[in-house]
Formats: sequence, C-alpha cells, structure tokens
Amino acid sequence: MSTPASETPGTEQRPAEGALAAGPGTARIPGAAGGRRPPAAGAFATAVRRGDPYVWLTGSALGLSLLMIAGLVAVILANGLGFFWPRTVVRLTLQDGSVVQGEIVNREAIPRPGDPEAPEAYRIQVKVGNRDLLGYDFKWVDEADIAAREAPPDVFVVERREYGALIGTPSVLKAGDEVVAEGPEAVWAALRPLLDEAEDDREAIEEVEKDRIGEINHRIEQARLEERSIDMQAAGNPERDFSPERARVARVEEEAQADYRRAQEDLERLYEEAAATYVTFTTPGGEKELRTLDVFRAYPANRLGFFGRASIYAGRVWEFLADDPRESNTEGGIFPAIFGTVMMVIIMSIMAVPFGVLAALYLREYARQGALVRVVRIAVNNLAGVPSIVFGVFGLGFFVYFVGGGIDRLFFPEALPTPTYGTGGILWASLTLALLTVPVVIVAAEEALAAVPRSMREASLAAGATKFQTIWRVVLPAAAPGILTGLILAMARGAGEVAPLMITGVVKLAPNLPVDGFFPFLHLDRKFMHLGFHIYDVGFQSPNVEAAKPMVYTTTIFLLAIVVLLNLTAIVVRNRLRRKYQTSAF
Amino acid sequence: MAQERSAVADPGIRIRTEVRAPQPDAGGGTGEHAIEMKDVNLSYGDNHVLHDISMDIDERMVTAFIGPSGCGKSTLLRCLNRMNDLIDNTRTTGSIRVKGQDIYAASTDVIEVRRRIGMVFQKSNPFPKSIYENVVYGLRIVGIRDKSTLNEACERSLRGAALWEEVKDRLHDSGLSLSGGQMQRLCIARAIAVEPEIVLMDEPCSALDPIATLKIEELIYSLKESYTIVIVTHNLQQAARVSDRTAFFWLGRLVEYGRTADMFTKPGEKLTEDYITGRFG
Repeated sequence: MSTPASETPGTEQRPAEGALAAGPGTARIPGAAGGRRPPAAGAFATAVRRGDPYVWLTGSALGLSLLMIAGLVAVILANGLGFFWPRTVVRLTLQDGSVVQGEIVNREAIPRPGDPEAPEAYRIQVKVGNRDLLGYDFKWVDEADIAAREAPPDVFVVERREYGALIGTPSVLKAGDEVVAEGPEAVWAALRPLLDEAEDDREAIEEVEKDRIGEINHRIEQARLEERSIDMQAAGNPERDFSPERARVARVEEEAQADYRRAQEDLERLYEEAAATYVTFTTPGGEKELRTLDVFRAYPANRLGFFGRASIYAGRVWEFLADDPRESNTEGGIFPAIFGTVMMVIIMSIMAVPFGVLAALYLREYARQGALVRVVRIAVNNLAGVPSIVFGVFGLGFFVYFVGGGIDRLFFPEALPTPTYGTGGILWASLTLALLTVPVVIVAAEEALAAVPRSMREASLAAGATKFQTIWRVVLPAAAPGILTGLILAMARGAGEVAPLMITGVVKLAPNLPVDGFFPFLHLDRKFMHLGFHIYDVGFQSPNVEAAKPMVYTTTIFLLAIVVLLNLTAIVVRNRLRRKYQTSAF
Repeated sequence: MAQERSAVADPGIRIRTEVRAPQPDAGGGTGEHAIEMKDVNLSYGDNHVLHDISMDIDERMVTAFIGPSGCGKSTLLRCLNRMNDLIDNTRTTGSIRVKGQDIYAASTDVIEVRRRIGMVFQKSNPFPKSIYENVVYGLRIVGIRDKSTLNEACERSLRGAALWEEVKDRLHDSGLSLSGGQMQRLCIARAIAVEPEIVLMDEPCSALDPIATLKIEELIYSLKESYTIVIVTHNLQQAARVSDRTAFFWLGRLVEYGRTADMFTKPGEKLTEDYITGRFG
C-alpha cells in the first residue's frame, strides 16, 4: 500500500520548486521593493503566489496517509513479533495467600468510573496456562493485592498436545511405574534426551497416521467409487456380467483392509513403545502427569540466557510457519493457510492475466474504436468497483452449483450425492477472484498496449509482418511491463479478499493440501485455508479469545509479508522487462 | 510581393495534370517503370488529400517527393505500400501498379506487397531487441530459422546499410543503444534484409545531424544500384543531391515531375520555381 504513495514524484519536486522560488523572492526584499507593498499582506501574498500553502496541504495529506500506514504496521509488528519470545515466569503470592504463577502479558490502569479522586491503580494480566487444571489460562491480578513477587528458577514452560501451555516445576520422572529421577534438576537432565526421542516417535506415528493410513483410505475410497460406478453400469446394462470387475474391486478392497490392519498394528506398537515415560509437574493448581510423547517443548523459563531465548523464538516462528494448526487454530502453525493463499493467488493470476490480456487486445487492437467500445470500457471499469461479496455470490451460483454440479453429473456420477466439484473448492475460489480482478488486468493491459508507440507497429507492418505477428512479436513484449503492473494490482487485490472466498471454498481447517502425492497430484476440488479467513476465524470465532489474540497479529504479519513478497516478485520481473524493452530511444 | 502571393493563392489555372514523361538518364536506371500510378485519389473521411495523381517511377533510380508540409507527399508515399490502410476512414481510388501488379486490387495480398516494398520512417524506430534481431526481423516473420541464412542476411544487410563495421562486434546489444544516425541505418538494414524491390523513405534524415545525414545520403546513392528508392524530403538540397527524379506536390496535387537536374535549374512551373527558390513553403 505504501509503495504507490512513495513513488509519487510530485511530492519530491514541490518543495524543491518552493525553495527555488524562495531564492529570488528573498533576494528582492532588501532592494527597491521594500516601500512598494505593505509587509504583512505582502508576505502572505508572496507565499500564496509561490504556492507554499499548496505544498503544505499536499505534503501533509501524504504525510498523514503515510503516518496511518506506518502506525498500522507498527501496531501489528509490536503485537505480533513479541508473541513468540519466551518471557520470564513470575510467581505472585497474593494478600489472601493464594499463588498465581505465569507470564505477565499485559498491564493496564483500572478504570475508576465516577470516582476520579481515587488513587491511580494498575492491574496485570498473567498467562497462567494449565487450562486443564484451572479452567482458565489468563488471569487479571490487581497490583495492590500482590504480597510477594519472585521469579522461581525451577519453573518450566511446557508446550504440549492439548490444553495449551503448562507452567510448573517438574518433580518426578517415571518410566512405566519405576521412578527414574526426582527433583527439578535431575528430572530436567533426564527429560532432555527423552524429549528428542519423543519428537522422533511423533514423527514416526505421524508418518503412519497421515501418510500410510491416508494412502490406504484413498485406495478404499477409490474402490468404493469404482464399485458404485459398476453398480450404475450394471443397472443400465442388465445382460452383461460384471462379476470379474466386482471381483477385482473386492480384491483391491480386501488388500487395502489388510494393509489398514497392519498399519493399525504398527501404530499401536509405536504408541506402546513411546508411551513408556511420564513426567509430573507441580503447579499452583495441582499436580499434572504428562506422557513425554505429548510434550512438544519444555524450557526453564527463568534460567535461559538471551541466546537460549532467541533459539526458542526461532524454533517457535519456524513451527508457526511450517506446522498444521492445533487446538481449533489457537496453537500450532499456519502452513496450510500460507500454502492455500499462495496457491490461490497463483491460480487466480494464471486465469486472470491471459484472459484479461486477450480482452484488452481485442478492445485496443482489433475492435473498431466507436461508441460500443467506449461503453464496454466504462462497463469494465465499473466491474472493478463491484463489491467482492457480489462476485462471491455469483461464484457460488455459477461456478460451484452450475459448472461444478454439471461436472459432477458428467464425470463423477458414482460419488453423488457427495459433491466432488459441486461444492466450494480452491478452483472455484480462484476463478471467482480471477473474475473479480480481471477488470483490473484489462484496464492496465489496455493502457500498456496504448502506450506502445505507433511507429513500432508501423515498422513491423512495413517489414511485411501480419497484424498478429506484429502484436505477438512487437506490441506484447513492449507492453509486458505495463501488463505486469496490472498483475501486481490484481494480486494485491486478490490476496487480500476474504468475503467471496468464504462462500466458494475456504474453510477453517483443511490440513489436506490441494497438492499431494496421490494421482492426479493437484486437487483443485479441495477446500483450502486462507490467511485472511484464518485471521477472521482465529480472531472472532475462537473459543479462547485471549490465546487467539496474538495469533491474529502474527497471522496478519505473514499475510502482509506474502502480499509484499508476491508484489515484489512481480515488480522485479517488471523492472527487468522494462530495462529490456525500454522504448525511449534517446 | 503581394502580386506573388496572389499568384500562389490561385493555383487552379497553373497546375498541369498531365506529366512530362521523364527521360531515362545515361547514368543509371533500367528504363523500366517500377511503379505506375494512375488517377490516385485519397481521402480521410471528408478530407480529400490526394487529387488525381498520375506518375511513373523509374526502376533503380532515386525519386524525391518535395513540397510544403501537408501537401500529401508522405500520404502518397504511404499509398505505395498500403500503410494508409492502418488509418480508419481512408478511401483510395485509382490504380497503383508495382511491376504491373495492381496493389490495390482485391486479390492482392497486402503482406506480400509490403514485403516487396520496404519502408524507412521519419523517426528511426528500431524494435527494442538486439541489433541482430532487428535486422533479421523480416526474415523471422516469414519463418526462416536457419542460422546461417540469418547470419548471412544480417551481415549483407548491415554492410548494405554501411553499418557493419561499426556494429559487427556488438550484434547482440540492444538496437536502442546506437546513436540516432546508426539507428536510422539499422532501420534501412532492416528494410533491405528482405531484399525488397523498392525502398520508401519518409524524411529519413529529418531527425539527424548533418554528418549522420551525409552518411545516409551516401548510402542512398549506393543503394540505387540494387533498389528503386522513393524518398520524401523537406530538404531541397538533399533532393538535389541524392535524387534522379523530383516530383513537386502542392495541396495534394502533383505540380511538376521530371529530372532533378531540370527541376532545380529550369523548372517548368512558376509554383515550382517559387518553392525551390524559397519564396514560400
């Protein structure tokens, strides 16, 4: 957003002009001019003539908009970037003797309605974790109630599979029923290698759960569809004997079931081997025993140096980028959402750009420039201003129900009534966005085509080229930078849209990416996740608002980063092309 | 002075519509006609631009079109390779025959016509491609891919355009990296790469400095060995220097057409004389 504003050349030139005008103006004053006009009115009139007020007006308008954008980015960065930093854990003993232990995340003045004379008081928000033990994981504490505040050295922050963070002191480590270590120091020393092992075990389990069983499920599903398709053929063709086909399908299904049983056994074995160790933590809310398998990360929050914290920070950022979401999107990562966003923008561009460029070529190169073309041009411009939700509704009605439903009836009748393409998916969402952004591309491409000098077309035609050859070899390459500008605008608009996606294929959780190892590898019918929708979902649909808040900011950072990155790529390509096809001769 | 002006303002009586048949020179030409124009009329919408132009252009000679701005000389030049087709609402009547073929006949392939008749423009317009690609453009578009053919054509055309020695070491630099005069010669090389029969030049030197102009003029002189050249120019000295035939146009009519030596020493028309002696124009 800030790039177009900062590119405006006028703002850089205006002050220079003003300075230039000021030179002779001030030089004149000591001369004969002194007595000719009243000084006050003269100064103002000179300023107006020089254009100073207009410089101030335009400059401050630009400054204000830049300030707002900078403020927005600053708020997002300040709230988002700190989220992953491992903070100190404090133990607060309150006046009534109860103990609150956790990370301080917020501090604010207590509102004093109706009593402005009351002394200034503050309260702090503590992330206490241990949701399973306490029933809440954030707690507000009045500073006045705090009797003692300390940072116990043995307290650990544990990230685990369920219930969010655990904050407590490790007391016992058991292997089976046998006690291996006791006391925080001993437990931590023994726990460290076990956590690495647990990570390997989790990977092994996930491989079986996701890859092997996923593959088997895929086979079973294919077999089921084939069976239905045989049933349908048999209904239309009662004479033919379909038993060989049925036997083959049954064999496939049997094999798959056998594989499934084997995978299930492997899985149980893996769980048994891995689940042998347990660690117990003491917390203000009670004791909690955890399987080491369920511990994702544990660190002694108050004993870490800067580099220890930085490495945890980096690890958390990486997990956030590379992992699937957990705990109804409030934990884990956003990888499927990043993937979905980027893929959707790419599909959208692949659809919108050729289509828009062809339309612009017709409008600019082939159509007779008359009233009709002018009307079409105005209509295209207006189309760019139609609210996106309108496109969303159109996409749902046309692409999803009409086109998708038609495809299902023609090509996937065996799956019905379960829709394959007749429901929201990444293809339909991308097409809807392509429809939304195609006017932008058309307008930009048309301008780019119009900017190609007539002399260049004439040179090509005079050399005996046909009109199409001229367009293909001369006009389009010269217009390519301008067309890419259109693509940049389209991507900037498309990547940020959420409303039309919500009804054409975005869902809150879709760990199955639209690209995977099963034929045909690209599953454009799949539902997908999107960063923009993820922000909405985590921020406003989450059961745990306090835990979700920082996720909103961090997700926003990455959405902005992706939009900027996509744009930068297009800008770099455009500048390279522009250098190559520079048309100004001397 | 006033008398002169009134004489100029009333051209109707003075303009001859028949044209002296130019005699072949001893110094060059084949004696054949490369182009034969008969009663060419052209209008843009309601604006009648060319009136009954009939003239023949000799093969392997340089024919210059001169006349004040807006007299239709460029328009006529663009008729010869049908570049006026690109402008909406143009209507051309009469016949233009190139080596006997009527280029405005319905059966004529305009692309073929433009391949036979190359053109160099007022403002040099190389493509934003390499020098090499600029020269071989005309060959590429007819589908020639053979490297040696292209290389050979590139060298021959650049030598023909007297540019080879200057650019032979940087054929793959952008055509836009050349100087103004070099760019214009590059455009000439591009025009002759497809070996046309006729080269049309529309004020090829108007944007160039005197030295670059001189080079182009020398080039034109050498090119007439192999090509028929029609050049539009505002520079009367240039017309006198490079051309064998000169045609003077005024308000869309052909006023006088003949050997350049005759036109500049003893013009047959008062109007021509006024123009070439600088009394108007």
